Amino acid sequence: MNATLAGLRDRLVYQGFSLGVVAMIAAAALAIGNRLTHEAIGQAETADLASSLRQVLPAGMADNDLLADTVTVGVGPSQADAPPVTASGDFMGGSEPGLRARGANKVGAGGTATVTVYRARKAGVPTAAVFRMAERGYAADIVVLMGVDVEGRLLGVRVVKHAETPGLGDKIEIAKAKWVLAFDGKSLGDPPAAKWTVKKDGGVFDQFAGATITPRAVVKAVKTGLEFFAAHREEIVK
Amino acid sequence: MNARGIFREGLWDNNVVFAQMLALCPALAVTTSGTNGLGMGLATTAVLVSANILVALIRNLVSPQVRIPVFIVLIATLVTLVDLALNAWLHELYKVLGLFIALIVANCAILGRAEAFASKAPVLDAALDGIAMGIGFTCALTVIGLLRELFGSGTLFAQASLLLGPRFAFLETTVIPDYGGVLMMILPPGGFLVLGMLLALKRVLDARAAARRRRPASADFSGAET
Repeated sequence: MNATLAGLRDRLVYQGFSLGVVAMIAAAALAIGNRLTHEAIGQAETADLASSLRQVLPAGMADNDLLADTVTVGVGPSQADAPPVTASGDFMGGSEPGLRARGANKVGAGGTATVTVYRARKAGVPTAAVFRMAERGYAADIVVLMGVDVEGRLLGVRVVKHAETPGLGDKIEIAKAKWVLAFDGKSLGDPPAAKWTVKKDGGVFDQFAGATITPRAVVKAVKTGLEFFAAHREEIVK
Repeated sequence: MNARGIFREGLWDNNVVFAQMLALCPALAVTTSGTNGLGMGLATTAVLVSANILVALIRNLVSPQVRIPVFIVLIATLVTLVDLALNAWLHELYKVLGLFIALIVANCAILGRAEAFASKAPVLDAALDGIAMGIGFTCALTVIGLLRELFGSGTLFAQASLLLGPRFAFLETTVIPDYGGVLMMILPPGGFLVLGMLLALKRVLDARAAARRRRPASADFSGAET
């Protein structure tokens, strides 16, 4: 038996065939694995999204299913370049004129030009909106999830995805520091537009020792998000 | 090789990082804290053991000419399955370890063990080798991570409870309170520095041990010559 096997192993046909069989087994294993886990992964991700939605929305703000009440707002390049409708010029006259257009062009995680907004309602009346914003950080895009009430005031901000330097930039995570809580209650006019940046740039938000780019990017993402909400309030709140 | 020898090889004599100098990319990339090193080490150990067992099981069926692609396909499949399973059923753990799992595919130590040991050994020995090499790798990563964390941020095992569960919160210690931290130790240069120092330390210890073994023998030898 072993002798025949040894003889077989030297045959080119056997080698190709065995490689093919292994690849087929691997493909089958992956297909089965994917089928077995697909549903559970979907559920876990939905649960993740629901729990992060709850984090940026104070208890009692909503009695509807946010995941079922969404609106997709398109932010095409033409729209992004145009001045926002309600967030008028005084928010754009800050020290970084290029900021707005650049930030808005990137709106939406993954570079898509649409933003999915989850709408919170209480007894049918809109109370708040939750959406994601992305901004280029030190290493890669930082994605923040932000809750905004109908008046444009921030209810909560959480960083949901980032690749910042561990131990330095990762203080933007709520699990590691309370830094993101500084956004709670802020709005476009409070602090004034010029102060909507880190302290190093003359703003009101703390930076971390050794990491300025990361908090700067988060502040920028949140500001862009508020401007997005102000510009599309009519579409979102209804 | 007996079990004792296998463990000696994995933990010290032939340690993946400190002797074979394999898997330096994950060893340097994720070891910014002891907890990260531990997490990467544990995830790698799981894949290493299962890959070794699989490879040892099919070692007689595979032709030498196509063994490398076969092993690679097996390892990649295994890592993907582990990734899917963790994501589906241990989602909390996956959120902490997720990043590391994908990196395991790029870990040449796993292919290295499949090629150098498991493809020539019975299943049980291969499993033991996987465990020993995995523990050696985990220890190396944890030590590098702890040193970088200590100098870089003045803590030990920060956020260990995220990885191991709340019961392990006691591991989290702040060694130097209000410590500004040496930024360089967290950044890549710190990884190279710590690895270099540890390699030098291992050489010194090995040289001492060798000298101790040689001394009585050489004394006898010189005595015989005179």
